[in-house]
Amino acid sequence: MSIPLPVFIAIPLVTAFVLPVFGKKGKDAATVLANVATISLLVLAVASIGKSAVYEIGKWSIPLGIDLVLDGLSSLMLLAISVVSAAAMLFSARYMEQYTAKAKYLSLFLLMVAGMNGVALSGDIFNLFVFLEIASLASYALVGFGCEHEELEASFKYMVLGSIGSVFILFAVALVYGNTGALNMAYVSEAIQSSGLNAGLAFALALFVVGFGLKAALVPFHAWLPDAHPSAPAPISAMLSGILIKTLGIYALARMVFNVFGVSVSIGWLLVVLGLLSMVAGAFLAIGQWDFKRLLAYSSISQIGYVVLGIGLGATLIARGTNLAWASLAILGGLFHLLNHAVYKSLLFLTSGSVQMSTGTRQLKQMGGLAEKLPVTRTTCTVASASIVGIPPFSGFWSKLILVWAAVQAQLYWVAAIIVFVSLCTLIMYLKVQRYVFLGELPENLQQIKENRGSMLVAMVFLACLCALMGLLLVPGLKENILDPAVQALTTGVKYSDAVIGMR
Amino acid sequence: MPYALCFLLFMIGLYCAVVKKNMVKIVIGIMVMEYAVNLFLIMLGFRSGGAAPIIDKGQFEAATGQIAAGFVNSSVDPLPQALVLTAIVISLGSLALMISICIRTYEKYGTFDITQIRRLKG
Repeated sequence: MSIPLPVFIAIPLVTAFVLPVFGKKGKDAATVLANVATISLLVLAVASIGKSAVYEIGKWSIPLGIDLVLDGLSSLMLLAISVVSAAAMLFSARYMEQYTAKAKYLSLFLLMVAGMNGVALSGDIFNLFVFLEIASLASYALVGFGCEHEELEASFKYMVLGSIGSVFILFAVALVYGNTGALNMAYVSEAIQSSGLNAGLAFALALFVVGFGLKAALVPFHAWLPDAHPSAPAPISAMLSGILIKTLGIYALARMVFNVFGVSVSIGWLLVVLGLLSMVAGAFLAIGQWDFKRLLAYSSISQIGYVVLGIGLGATLIARGTNLAWASLAILGGLFHLLNHAVYKSLLFLTSGSVQMSTGTRQLKQMGGLAEKLPVTRTTCTVASASIVGIPPFSGFWSKLILVWAAVQAQLYWVAAIIVFVSLCTLIMYLKVQRYVFLGELPENLQQIKENRGSMLVAMVFLACLCALMGLLLVPGLKENILDPAVQALTTGVKYSDAVIGMR
Repeated sequence: MPYALCFLLFMIGLYCAVVKKNMVKIVIGIMVMEYAVNLFLIMLGFRSGGAAPIIDKGQFEAATGQIAAGFVNSSVDPLPQALVLTAIVISLGSLALMISICIRTYEKYGTFDITQIRRLKG
């Protein structure tokens, strides 16, 4: 059975516009409807694994019309988006009771999901820009949702840098159109192969790297992230850190570099350097933080570095043409880490939201001894921490192991050493979280707090189970279906165009 | 030459967004950048002495039934105009959101000066 691709965008989009009608009185009905939408998206995303398809919108054949393309990488992104959004939506059902205007929140949430699904599926660079703006605008509004001093300031900062990134991307799209006369990724890729990379296209590629780098918060462009992610409500922090920066930044950048422009040694090294910078700087800055969510936000920058490092290493190895197997290994490590990070970082943000809801604070120094009071939060947070640090049975260990192995195979021993070193820094920051939040003395004013109940716990336990079990994705049988097609989508490089044109 | 001026406009907008201290001026800077890109897109489709890309009966050669060569050589590219329309709508949406956030921030802090709006650090 083939899945009609537009439903991935239509379901959240239509639900988003229906929800505000419910207003204040129909809050519960709106919550149920929004949860139904995200869970049905999860089912569809699972059903789409291992399939590939091209859908021409309005029956306009490409390159005249716009197409949606489902390949291995897109279905991996759809899976990650739907897992995180289903969990975050379940968590918000209870968590967002403390805010007013819940229906509007749910509506913006679904708009963001629609935009991200659109980015993951789009096969047309201008259409990609439009969906990227839908997701970004919804996220700017959600960061400022509380309308307090800090939230508005963070939202404005995020919005200015995000808009500059979007303008850069639009400028690059215009340059690509001017130089190749096409907007469809497959046709642009063909035109670039036949004409080579001239000055205008090289400038466009540079603009794409800066624009998507701003969206992904890679280190020279990261200034907005540590303000924006902690200021948002906890489920939105989970969405932003877990999946938004990956879809809008990493996925779009990888698609451009590998499938449209084609890899070269220099762009590969640029990605490796950006990845290493993000890893090291993010980890050092995170250790010094005393705000729970701010620490998690800096840790996101560091973890995004791993993903970019894996992809960049793969690009370098492909461009050198030495050994494709090692290139696939590096990309596998990067993409697997992307999926893992989506799950455990959203879980960590959800636990931070649970702690904040119970204690009313985010400052590590004002907490302590919560292990007895919040047993479920404590257990899930420990699972997620073990996973992000890389303790063997949990998911984070496997992706980091693959990355180290790929770096050693590529004879870049110093890169492998930095990966291990940043893992140690990660260990320090999460030991700090465990020590100050869950162990130690319980302060006087927190004696009365209780564990949160209901849907929040379900969401956290669901993600914790995934953290524990995701290592199984490397088992033969599952690996061929989920991870390998995604890696192949990148390693085939510019042959992507033949595949898309052939499939229609 | 027009392309260089268009790029200059883009850089003026970027300079304004990066250097200015007033929130509203930053927003104006971003908008100038957006308009520079829109102008660039429009110029991509420009053709001096071009005709509207609409085919009616007059554009067909009576003898062969083919589209006349004169029309093919003079019609402008319609796609950039469609792109610019979309881009304008998007930038309008983001402008509305940015200005509303500026107003809410002004209500809270009583100033538009970003050097005085500094509660987030680290």
